Amino acid sequence: MSTGVHTPTEPAPRTPEGTGPGRRPARARRRTDWGRLYTIAVLAWLFLPILFMVAFSFNDPAGRHNITWQGFTLRWYQDALAYPDLNQAMFNSVSIALLTMVISGVLGTLLGLALGRFTFRGKQLTNLVMFSAISAPEVVIGAALLSTFLMMNVTTGYWTTVVSHVMFCVSFVAITVRARVITLDPRLEEAARDLGAGPFTTFRLVTLPMLFPAVMSGGLLAFALSIDDYIITSFVSGDVTTFPLWIWGTTRVGIPPQVNVMGTLLFLVGVILAVANVISSRRRR
Amino acid sequence: MSNRKSTPYVLVLPAWVWLAMFFVVPIGGMLSLSLTTGNVVTGFQQTFEVGNYVEAVGTYWEQIVRSLFYGGCATLLCIVIGYPMAYWIAFRGGAHKSTYLLLILLPFFVSFVLRTISWRFLLADNGVVLGTLKSIGLIPSDAAVLNSSPAVILGLAYNFLPFMVLPIYAVLERMDPRLVEAAHDLYAGRVQAFLRVILPVSLPGVFAGVLMTFIPTSSDYVNSSVLGGTHNTMIGNVIQTQYLVNNNYPIASAITFVLMGLLLAGIFSYARALGTERVMEVHA
Repeated sequence: MSTGVHTPTEPAPRTPEGTGPGRRPARARRRTDWGRLYTIAVLAWLFLPILFMVAFSFNDPAGRHNITWQGFTLRWYQDALAYPDLNQAMFNSVSIALLTMVISGVLGTLLGLALGRFTFRGKQLTNLVMFSAISAPEVVIGAALLSTFLMMNVTTGYWTTVVSHVMFCVSFVAITVRARVITLDPRLEEAARDLGAGPFTTFRLVTLPMLFPAVMSGGLLAFALSIDDYIITSFVSGDVTTFPLWIWGTTRVGIPPQVNVMGTLLFLVGVILAVANVISSRRRR
Repeated sequence: MSNRKSTPYVLVLPAWVWLAMFFVVPIGGMLSLSLTTGNVVTGFQQTFEVGNYVEAVGTYWEQIVRSLFYGGCATLLCIVIGYPMAYWIAFRGGAHKSTYLLLILLPFFVSFVLRTISWRFLLADNGVVLGTLKSIGLIPSDAAVLNSSPAVILGLAYNFLPFMVLPIYAVLERMDPRLVEAAHDLYAGRVQAFLRVILPVSLPGVFAGVLMTFIPTSSDYVNSSVLGGTHNTMIGNVIQTQYLVNNNYPIASAITFVLMGLLLAGIFSYARALGTERVMEVHA
């Protein structure tokens, strides 16, 4: 999707600005725009717990529970790496998300390319399986994977987590890439072939560059889905702890402010990546 | 790409293998596990023990009903909150449409678990919200929000709202504006135009949104454990406990299948009621 924003359905052809059903005469524009206020209010609700998390990364709590505001401090940023097992969990989360991004990025791109460009036997079945994998409840996927690993006597841990994350991300990447493939003009590839390029050269020099924004969007989505996942991971990760699992484990004894710090930094990285993605896709247009 | 017949198969093969090994086979494996008897110590024997299902439903019907109820409430809330928002962004968002969409997605960069726990802190008895209201005397000092069913439902609606907004937005955004103009030309007022033209066109989006919120909300256990205390456990909690704490795999997988069956039955009857062909074109 050229805007860099992933929607779970196909992209919509743009209607020219200002021609939507909501176009109003200019004199109506002065009234309070309740729709805008409403949308902003809902967005504020969506961001409220995040604001809380960011604000309380600067809090100086009195006891073990970082719930009431006591005073401003930068202590937790200086001391961000004070819990070795939290650092390990964070490292696991990031490395699993990166591996998931690369593997599901490659598999999903190939799948999306095939679905968007070719008709083949089993295409309907592929769509059905992808749709089921996306919509199946996480607890069902986690339970099913754990059942299988148990029956095959596979010890759960780091790699079973990677494998499971790739499984639930690959369909999302494929859908993002397919949406882009459908909009591509196949004649560009024909032109490349007419000019003597072989299939791999065509793919490398023509298809892939055009698909790149969608591949990036899909990869980012996979990264975000993987690093965020709690339910499936809790079933398949065995003794390995990820960031969400570590937070979950410490809820009862009190979550240290370092978690707010890491959550804030992770959020910042996400914001930067998202903004960069939007800017790069605008420039490409 | 070359147009040889084998090309698409080469492209899909890796993903096929992955999805088959780690999705299709595991679901089948769980079905066979749900029909076994035994325990972790003695091993599990394939006895086609249908009694697991009877036991699962008999013991946990309360959690099953509660899950469907909470999921249903959260889904309704998402429609009520999300539809106007999707409508406004699609029709009035102007040049900032993609910015609004990005803002809807940004919270996902903070872990789902962390956001839910943040709500727990925000709504704690002496936390930022209730503590402030109590200190200025607006609410009684024993007021509490946490550990109640509204807390769980609100948490669920909060976490899954974007999954409702995005599909509705997608259909509204690609709707032909001339349809609405035609309705106005035929003397439809704004309400009539909405009810007879916009709403029917957006139904596939609502359907997709309902799927994408009802399925995860009714099977969630994070919100009910974090915000619901001990009296609001859902079927997801049962599955998680039976699998990861009690290691009672046969019963656990039977409950999982009951949950899946209920959701599938719900989706199919819902799709029938709305008209399947129209609804599935969103996913096709």
